[in-house]
Amino acid sequence: MTLAEAVLGAAFTGLVAYALFGGADFGGGVWDLLAGGTERGRRTRERVERSIGPVWEANHVWLIFVLVVLWTGFSGVFAAAVTTLYLPLTLAAFGIIARGAAFAYRKSVDTLGMRRFFGAAFAVSSLLTPFFFGAVVGGVAAGRVPPGIAAGNVIGSWVNPTSFLGGTLAVLVCAYLAAVFLCGDARRDGEDDLAEVFRRRALVTAVVTGAVGLAGIAVLRTDAPLLFDGLTGRGLPVVALSVVAGLTALWLLMTRRYIAARLASALAVTAILVGWPVSQYPYLLPPARTVDEAAAGRPTLLALLIALCAGAAILVPALVYLYVLFQRTPSERQEGGHPPG
Amino acid sequence: MTVIEFLAAGGAENLWSARTQMALSLGWHIVFACFGIAFPAIVVFTEWLGHRRGDAVLTGLAHTWAKAMGVLFAAGAVSGTLLSFEMGILWPGLMDRFGEVFGFPFVLEGFAFFVEAIFVGVYLFGWDRLSPRAHMLSALPMVGAGIAGAFFVVSANAWMNNPTGFRLDARGEVVDARPWAAMFGPSTWPQFTHMWLAAFMVTGFLVASVYAVGMLRGRRDGHHRAGLLIPLTVAAIATPVQIGVGDWIANTVADNQPAKLAAMEGQYETTAGAGLSIGGIYQDNKLRYALEIPYGLSLLIHHDPDGVVPGLEEVPADERPPVNVVHLAYNVMVAIGLALLALAAWFGLVWWRRRRLPRTAWFLRAAAVAGVAAVVAMEAGWITTEVGRQPWIVHGLMRTEDAVSPAAGLSWGLVAVIAVYTVLTVFTVVVLRGLARGRDTLAPQEQEAAR
Repeated sequence: MTLAEAVLGAAFTGLVAYALFGGADFGGGVWDLLAGGTERGRRTRERVERSIGPVWEANHVWLIFVLVVLWTGFSGVFAAAVTTLYLPLTLAAFGIIARGAAFAYRKSVDTLGMRRFFGAAFAVSSLLTPFFFGAVVGGVAAGRVPPGIAAGNVIGSWVNPTSFLGGTLAVLVCAYLAAVFLCGDARRDGEDDLAEVFRRRALVTAVVTGAVGLAGIAVLRTDAPLLFDGLTGRGLPVVALSVVAGLTALWLLMTRRYIAARLASALAVTAILVGWPVSQYPYLLPPARTVDEAAAGRPTLLALLIALCAGAAILVPALVYLYVLFQRTPSERQEGGHPPG
Repeated sequence: MTVIEFLAAGGAENLWSARTQMALSLGWHIVFACFGIAFPAIVVFTEWLGHRRGDAVLTGLAHTWAKAMGVLFAAGAVSGTLLSFEMGILWPGLMDRFGEVFGFPFVLEGFAFFVEAIFVGVYLFGWDRLSPRAHMLSALPMVGAGIAGAFFVVSANAWMNNPTGFRLDARGEVVDARPWAAMFGPSTWPQFTHMWLAAFMVTGFLVASVYAVGMLRGRRDGHHRAGLLIPLTVAAIATPVQIGVGDWIANTVADNQPAKLAAMEGQYETTAGAGLSIGGIYQDNKLRYALEIPYGLSLLIHHDPDGVVPGLEEVPADERPPVNVVHLAYNVMVAIGLALLALAAWFGLVWWRRRRLPRTAWFLRAAAVAGVAAVVAMEAGWITTEVGRQPWIVHGLMRTEDAVSPAAGLSWGLVAVIAVYTVLTVFTVVVLRGLARGRDTLAPQEQEAAR
C-alpha cells in the first residue's frame, strides 16, 4: 500500500463512519418526518430526539474530517470534484444548516407553532441532505467528474440516473440504519411498543432498499458501465458480503436481537460502500486520475498520516466514552448531578 | 447587465459574488466561533464557582448558559460546515495549487472540532448523568479543543498573509511542501493571540450586555448581577491585553505586509516621521479630511518619531488593496477597542476601590452597547486583515481573481446564502432572546423526568 492509499483509506474510513453514524442521525429525521401528526408522532419524535441529541454533532464532524483530509492530501481532485458538483454540495450544506440549527433550536422554543416549524425544517432537511450526498457519490463513481476546475457539467454531473440511484439509496440506507439503531434504544428504555414499530419500519425499509439496489444494477449497466463492471467483477465479493450481512440483519431483526442486528446492518452498509473504491481502483476520478497521480507530495502525506494516527489516539477513546455514556440508561446516573429548576 | 445575466454568468464575473458570499458566511460564523472558543471556559468557571460556594444562583446561571451554548455551538458547527464546502467551491484555485501546503492545519482543526463536539454532547446532556466533578472535568477537553481549533484555523489564515513552508519551481508549481513549517509563519502567533483575546472580549461583553439590559429594565436580582459581573470581568481583563497585542500585530503587518499597513493608515508616500491619520477619505493617492497626530504612526510602528513608514507608492497600483475600506475598518476597530478599554477601566477602578458596580445607569447603558460594539470591532478587524490582503488570496503569490471558481451560475450561491442566513439569523435571535428572558424550557431529558 502506498502512502497515498493509506491517507485515502483514512478518509474513506471517515466516510464510512459518517454514513453509519451521521447517516443514522439523518435517518432519525426521516422517521420524524414520517411520524404523523403532532400527537400521534409525539413519542417517535421524542425517541429520535433523545437518541440523537447528545451525539449528532460529534457524528457530523466525520464529514468535516473527510473534506479536510481530501483537500490537503488530494487537493487537485478535491478542487475538481467540488467545483463540478457545487450545486448538490451547496444544497447539502444548506440541508446541514437547516437540520442542525432546527434540531438544536427546537429544544429552546416553547410555542407549538415554532416547534412544528423547526421540526419540519429538521425532518425535511434530514431527507434532502443524504439525497444530495448520494447524488455526489453517484456523479464521481459514474465518471462524470473530469479533472480540472469546474471542468464537468455542473448539472449533468449530478442530474443523471446513477446520481438519482445514489441519492435514493443513501436516503433509504439512512432510514434503515436509524430504524435498526432506534429498535435497540427503545427497548433499552423500556419502550417495547416503540421498538416494535421501529422493527417493522426497519424490515420494510430493508426490503425496499434491497429492491432499489437490484433495480439499480440495471441502471448502472446502461448509465455507468465502468462502475457496473467493477461491482460485478473485482467488487463482487464485497457486494456478496453486503447481501449476506443484509440478510443476516433481517433475520436478527425478525428474532428481535437488536444489538447483533446493528452490527450486521453496519457491516452490510460498510461492505456496499467498500464496493465503490474496490470497483474503481486505482482511480480516484475514473477514468482519468489514479490515487497516486492525485496525491500531494510525500511530506504532506506523511504529516497527514502522523496527524491521523495521533488524532485517532485521542478521538477513539473520546468517542467510545460518548457512546457508552449515552447508551447507558439514565437510571444508572449518579446522585447529586441534577440541574436546578 | 441585467440581474439574471449577472447571476447566470461564469468565469471572472464570479469574483465579486464569491468574495461577498465568503465574507458573509465567514463574518457570520466568526461570531459563533468566538463563543466556541471562550464560552465553555466562562460557563464551567461559573459552574465551578457555584459548586464551591454552594450558590444556587451561580449554578442556575451556568445551566442557562449551557443551554445557550448548545444553541450557539450548533449554529457555529453548521455555519462552519458551509465554510469548509465554500473553501473548495468558491476558491478551487487556492485549494488546487496550495492545498497540500496549508490544508494541514484544517485537518488538525478537524480533530479539535471533533473533541469539542464530543464533549459538548457530554457536557450539555451529562448534567444528570455525571457527578458534578466529572461534569466539570468534561468541560476541560471542550475548553482546550476550542483554543486549539482557533489556533489551527488562524494559522491557515496567517499562512495566506505570510506564506511559508514550501518552494516554487521554475513553472511556479509548489515543490517541497513542509506543512508543519507552513503553520508557523511570522503572523501565526500574533494573529492567533489577537483572535483568541477577541473571542473572550466578544463573548464576555456580549453576554454581559444581555444582563445589563435586564438590569436597566429593573431586574436587579442576584442572577442578573452575577450574569453581568462574571463575563464583564473576563472581557475587562482581556481588553487591555488586547490593546498591547494590537501593537504587536501592527508591527508584524508592517514588517511583512507593508501595503496592508499603508492601506490601514491611508499612507501613500513613504515618510519619515509619519503622522497617525484618523478618519478621512482616500482619493487620488491622498488621504483628505483626516485628523493627524504628528509622528504618531512612526512612533507606533518603530517606537521612534523619525522612523520611516513605507507608503502605498512602494507597490504597483494593481497590487494595492482598497484603501478606504481598510482604513475605515481599522479606525473603527481601534476606536471601539479604546472605548471598551475605557469601560473596562471604569469597571475595574470602581470594583477595586469599592467592591461594587458603578451605580450610575450610564454604566449599565455602556455595558449594554459594549456587546454589539465588541462584535463590530471584531468584524472590522477581520475586514482590515482580509480586505487589506487584497488583491492577493495568498500574499504575493496568487491573486484572488485567479483562485475563484469559473463555474456557471455560481452567483446564485450568494443569493441563496443571503436568504438562508437571513432566516437563520432571525431564528437564532428569537431563540436566544427566549433563553435570555428566562423562559427556561425543559431540555428533552428533563421533560422525561418531569412527566
